Amino acid sequence: MNAPAVPVALAAKDFKSDYKPVWCPGCGDYSVLSAITKALASLQLRPENVAVVSGIGCSSRIPAYTTCYGFHGVHGRSLPAATGLKAARPELTVLVASGDGDGYSIGGNHFLHACRRNVDLTYIVMDNHVYGMTKGQPSPTTEPDWSSKLAPGGTGLREFHPLVIALASGANFIARGFSGDPGGCAALIAEAVRHPGFSFIEILSPCVTFRPEQRGWKQAVRPSPVEPTDDPARAARRLMTDDGFNIGVLFQGKRPPFSGMAVTATHTVADLEKGFLL
Amino acid sequence: MSKSAPKPSHDYSEFMQRAYAMELEASERYAQFAEQMDGHNNREVAELFRKLSGIEALHAKRILEEMRWPSLPALPPAYAWEGPEGPETAPFESVHYLMQPYHALEIALACELQAQKYFESIAAGRVPEKVRITAREMAQEEREHVMLIRAWLENVPQPAAGWDEDPDPPRANE
Repeated sequence: MNAPAVPVALAAKDFKSDYKPVWCPGCGDYSVLSAITKALASLQLRPENVAVVSGIGCSSRIPAYTTCYGFHGVHGRSLPAATGLKAARPELTVLVASGDGDGYSIGGNHFLHACRRNVDLTYIVMDNHVYGMTKGQPSPTTEPDWSSKLAPGGTGLREFHPLVIALASGANFIARGFSGDPGGCAALIAEAVRHPGFSFIEILSPCVTFRPEQRGWKQAVRPSPVEPTDDPARAARRLMTDDGFNIGVLFQGKRPPFSGMAVTATHTVADLEKGFLL
Repeated sequence: MSKSAPKPSHDYSEFMQRAYAMELEASERYAQFAEQMDGHNNREVAELFRKLSGIEALHAKRILEEMRWPSLPALPPAYAWEGPEGPETAPFESVHYLMQPYHALEIALACELQAQKYFESIAAGRVPEKVRITAREMAQEEREHVMLIRAWLENVPQPAAGWDEDPDPPRANE
């Protein structure tokens, strides 16, 4: 009789696939990938028990670079796919990767409803305030006066505030990280995974190609001066004075996660089939 | 992000754990840079980063051999660097796909100088004698690396102005 297998502790490298990332050298997403693998190792999860779901964009390449199950889905639709997966396979740890274009514009509506539904997902949005993959168009988080070849003089449009939206829509865990601090991001991701319900982490991840000035974020970010709160009103007041560079956990709610609804059958399958008969 | 500067390492084992983590992080970052350069067919710089990664990995290995830890050490709970990463870890954003060996060596020089400063500051602090002696030795080692890289830099051509200009930039990731 074989002795029972002793589980081997996994390291961050065990969550990295053999595929080499093709992001631009210096891109913040390298650091986010590193943070995700460190977080999964620190949680001592196993790759076969984790799924990484994404949409489209530079950041959405992440599933291929991990050894976890992955789904590189349709633009902006990572959250519906992840929601379905978690509902069908609640035992899996489901991470969702997105960017500010994919997550806040194309997938903006799904973001609101994922917060509201509070399914136990960890949503990581790599925010670089630009559509990088499609060559530098302004995104929902782009500053109104950011002038570029594609938006001369800037869009003049007020930027989206993801943390405010997440809080107003019911997200159960809200945090902000900075890719230049991969250790800090790893800790935030691990905490978000452990927290029940919908956890949202915005990670400021500079686009060194189209927004080289974002290298200056390193000097702008600072640890949040306040401890996390479980009071949405208090969190909202903090966001009133947030300049977008406070790093850490803002809100840890106590709302129970969505765990599916008890379904009582009112019709037999045969009854339903009858309805389709011509 | 680290909220506080590193606490003085009063314990020799903790000091060595930090030193090990520092060397390992530095090695991993250079290996990541090598991969990034491979992706852009910048083979010369990729090779240089791989070499730098190997050097740092060797330092980490030496610490492991000396300490004979039964398993790889975990960082102490209160562990924090002065900045977001270890003093010898090159920042993620410091690379460019057209960079030249000179740039890579400049990055390495900055990292070695920071590492030297880190060990010097520990040696100058209120720490047990064993920690002080080892920190001094490590600072001296980093100083030698600084000199080595400076000598290396003298033998590498300085990039001409406009080295990062690309008439057909590969800005799409596909």
